[in-house]
Amino acid sequence: MIEAQDLTKRYGDKLAVDHLSFQVQPGRVTGFLGPNGAGKSTTMRLVLGLDRPAEGRATIGGRAYADLADPLRTVGALLEAKAMHPGRSARNHLLFLAQTQGLPSRRVDEVLDLVGLGDVARKRTRGYSLGMGQRVGIAAAMLGDPAVLLLDEPVNGLDPEGILWVRNLMKQLATDGRTIFVSSHLMNEMAVTADHLIVIGKGRLIADCSTQEFIERSSDKSVLVRSPDAGRLADLLAAEGGKVTPEDPTDGRAEALSVTGLDAPRIGEIAAAGRIVLHELTPQLASLEEAFMELTAGSVEYGGGGAPAAPRQTTASAAHPGSHQ
Amino acid sequence: MTAVSPPAPATALPAHRRRLRFGGLLLAEWTKIRSVRSTLWTLIIFVIVSLGLTGLFTWLTLNALSNGRRGNAASSIVTDPVGFILGTGLGLGQLAICVLGVLVITSEYSTGAIRSALLAVPRRYPVILAKGLVFAALVIVVGEIVAFLSFFIGTALVNGHVVTLHGHIAGRVVSVQHTITVSLSQPGVLRAVVGSGLYLTVLGLFALAIGALIRHTAGAVTAVIGMVLVIFPLAGLLPDSWGAHVHAYLPTVAGQLITADKPASGQLLSAWQGFGVFCAWTVLLLAAAIVLLQRRDA
Repeated sequence: MIEAQDLTKRYGDKLAVDHLSFQVQPGRVTGFLGPNGAGKSTTMRLVLGLDRPAEGRATIGGRAYADLADPLRTVGALLEAKAMHPGRSARNHLLFLAQTQGLPSRRVDEVLDLVGLGDVARKRTRGYSLGMGQRVGIAAAMLGDPAVLLLDEPVNGLDPEGILWVRNLMKQLATDGRTIFVSSHLMNEMAVTADHLIVIGKGRLIADCSTQEFIERSSDKSVLVRSPDAGRLADLLAAEGGKVTPEDPTDGRAEALSVTGLDAPRIGEIAAAGRIVLHELTPQLASLEEAFMELTAGSVEYGGGGAPAAPRQTTASAAHPGSHQ
Repeated sequence: MTAVSPPAPATALPAHRRRLRFGGLLLAEWTKIRSVRSTLWTLIIFVIVSLGLTGLFTWLTLNALSNGRRGNAASSIVTDPVGFILGTGLGLGQLAICVLGVLVITSEYSTGAIRSALLAVPRRYPVILAKGLVFAALVIVVGEIVAFLSFFIGTALVNGHVVTLHGHIAGRVVSVQHTITVSLSQPGVLRAVVGSGLYLTVLGLFALAIGALIRHTAGAVTAVIGMVLVIFPLAGLLPDSWGAHVHAYLPTVAGQLITADKPASGQLLSAWQGFGVFCAWTVLLLAAAIVLLQRRDA
């Protein structure tokens, strides 16, 4: 289990990580989501002891990373693509890491085969593509057969086949009971990979919930209605308990309403009963990506003040972007 | 590639015995240093420059002497042949050791490999200790071999060379025939040759410490070479006795005393004292590098 308590990191005046607390549980893939610059990589570097926190602490299985005896046997990490000497072969890069942990060299060949680099492992990594570099990084993370894995944007630079491979690998590793903490700025990728999500923006916690819960909360179930008699329809829908927001009329077409609280069939029935002509009746499902962007854009606004925002409330208000209220 | 292979190791990973841990780090640093081409190339340049220039300068200077020309170099090869032989080629070859010492640490910073290394060794300082030990072992072996080869190339050329020395005694010009003879059995000569290898080793560690402090290849190389070639020698121009004392205690000025077979006139430190001063500077800089490594974000 990974645990962050009140983790804070400053770069000069800028708060990169702002009193962040969370837990990453074993046996599932936990997605670490946030826009670029939200502090995901910094948080991972703090957990791994590469950066020193200004306040707070991070532990892995109850111990600080620096106190782990052979850390690669406990924690595997992929931080940046190609954090390796370009003049050194992938095999020698993994070999020196293995030697620091007292791991046999046959383990190096095992992880190279695991990531599919067995054939090019003795070539210098200078000629590797970004995707091949990522695979070396994943091999390095798997070297000590660790129970905890931290992967920073592991699908970056991978082709679709590689993305699918990483996704399946993470799911299988989680099924083994390992703790998988994977960052991404792509909501859609996390929606299909992660069981649990920790969402941050401007270094602060925005949401910490299951992916299912996040999707349900974020999906904006409104219905778009167009009618030449929109004014009367709005009154009828409001009387039935719907929340109605007029949309801007576009290119001279009939006036549009955005309705929440009533589903599309019910709106159609109400219109028919009131003998109102409808030109359009479309259920709107905001894409996850949009919902995520709205959510984190909100965190930028909330991020201006000094006091830490209450995460749950922030989520609730930001997950239903204001235009429909 | 599409199928997910079993991630667990096919064979159970052996437990890591505590006492083997630093041995593992030494092994890892050896893997690092031997697996990049810059190491081999820098050492090849060191060997070629040192041996080539020792032979070339010695031969050219002896030729100049035979042709009756007498410059400073010509007179120093007569008065201090050991210093001439060990000072010419190695004097330039030492720059390759400076570059290699810087590179073994700064290349990790410039490529990001340092983060992989520090993830494996989160206590950090053992990385510098292991790297220093492995690098020192490499340089002392190569350095001693090159120092002895330089000496033997130089002595093969100068030994038996006859020069005519002119002097004035009681107002009369006197000419004396002098045969240059150098051998390891002369006092201080063996120590000077062995000392040249030792000097190069500590110089490499000195450069490694500067590299660890500055963390950028170009900046650290400029700093080390600037100190060794310009700043420290120029400090010899400082006035008065305090100036002479400052100059004598500068790292490579003190360190180079061990590469001379006999002390110069007015020398403030003995050969071994000078070497001790150089070692102390290097230990101080390595300690500073370790303190900063522990404190800074990687």
